[in-house]
Amino acid sequence: MSHLQSILHPAGIEAARISQLWWTMFWICTAVWIAVAVAALIAIRRGHRAAAVHVPDRTIVRNVATAAAISIVALIALLSQSVLIGRALNTLRSDDALRINVTANQWWWDIQYDNPVPSLRVTTANEIHIPVGKPVAFNLFSNDVIHSLWIPNLQGKIDLVPGRRNELWLQADKAGVYRGQCAEYCGLQHAKMALVVVADPPDQFEYWLAANRASAPAPVTPEQQRGKDIVEKGPCAMCHAITGTLAGGRSAPDLTHIASRSTLGAAAIPNMHGYLAGWVSDPQGIKPGNRMPPPGLSGEELQAVLAYLETLK
Amino acid sequence: MSRPNVVARHLVFTFLACVLCVAACEREARRYKELPAAANRETGVRVTALQPGTAQQVAEVDSPYQQNAWGLGEGKRLYSAYNCAGCHGLNGGGAIGPPLMDDKWIYGAKSDQIYATISQGRPDGMPSFGGHIPTSQIWQLVGYVQAMSGQVEATTAPSRNDDQMSALPESRQSRQSPIQTGHR
Repeated sequence: MSHLQSILHPAGIEAARISQLWWTMFWICTAVWIAVAVAALIAIRRGHRAAAVHVPDRTIVRNVATAAAISIVALIALLSQSVLIGRALNTLRSDDALRINVTANQWWWDIQYDNPVPSLRVTTANEIHIPVGKPVAFNLFSNDVIHSLWIPNLQGKIDLVPGRRNELWLQADKAGVYRGQCAEYCGLQHAKMALVVVADPPDQFEYWLAANRASAPAPVTPEQQRGKDIVEKGPCAMCHAITGTLAGGRSAPDLTHIASRSTLGAAAIPNMHGYLAGWVSDPQGIKPGNRMPPPGLSGEELQAVLAYLETLK
Repeated sequence: MSRPNVVARHLVFTFLACVLCVAACEREARRYKELPAAANRETGVRVTALQPGTAQQVAEVDSPYQQNAWGLGEGKRLYSAYNCAGCHGLNGGGAIGPPLMDDKWIYGAKSDQIYATISQGRPDGMPSFGGHIPTSQIWQLVGYVQAMSGQVEATTAPSRNDDQMSALPESRQSRQSPIQTGHR
């Protein structure tokens, strides 16, 4: 069974804290439940016989006091654990931490790796790569309504609020692929607003970052060239950007390295030839109400566009 | 009052309620998948009222989203997304481009005239969007441009924004009587 999206399989220090709190609560509550169930069973077994037995007042007082004391201790244990872990969460800090700007849109995630040098910035969408073993800071923004970023294997959730910057720190301690999701109802396609988080070993992460700084490769075959022409001259370029081409729209996911991503439509479907064809020709059939209109391409144009998009590794 | 009369009244009431519901459907429909035809007079559309001899009348084509709140809302979103606001102002107050919330129309206030203006572009700065954005979106923009000067029903036009607004919402714009001014 895969644990792509599970708070019970923490892959980072922050998620481990949350998971510890969860298990503490789980075991204390289990103990309380068992105690109550046992007491209820004893009372049922005794039945009417109990009414005849005289219990001294001192015994009753002692039993009630013991139960109250145990309850108070258990509640204080839960409360202090909760307060302590709440305070410990999101306290990772590091001056040279990687900073990633995450901007939520209806219904996808815009991801930018900030850098003082503009040519070293990396823009992508719906897929975040982070290095293992290093604290990472997310600057969280929203362009429309309130969203919430939740990557259960790595950290708790935090809202993305329009007109405001929120910060989320996390650290992945195990390399792997995790799934995050919008956790605040944000409109029609809230359920299909997910993202993929890939925790890479540091050297592999640097390799990924360098590869994603590059502009889109030039088309090779005539069909790919035709696809590029259609993308640049047709409706695609009005919203999507492909670095190194005339496509410079900023209101939809950046497509410069679309072929290297594992999903389409904010992790709604896998990124494979058939799915890509389905998405480009009928986005409203796959994710009704999303912002991509049917582009109205002919069959031949669709094939050319697919041939070009699949070179954008 | 006799009993059959009451039943008949209930029937009439139910029928009217159904009719009202059906009428409301058009307002609420979300027509994600459709690609309506371009304005069919796009090439022959007149942008001036002046004609030699007897004026020829051609049937007008309305935006398919004129009665559709979703379509007008999409038009409002696209108005910013495609940077119409960059020249015409965020609420249509005008800037480097002419204002859209007033009663003056250089190339006509009819749906198909606005369609032609967006699709073909106009001299001195208006880019031609035809072929760059789907016909459905041009029609949505047409509906929204009309909403800015109160040319669509107040019940269908977008109401206030989620964030702060410096102008009245489109649904509260007073209806302007369009005046054809021509290009100067």
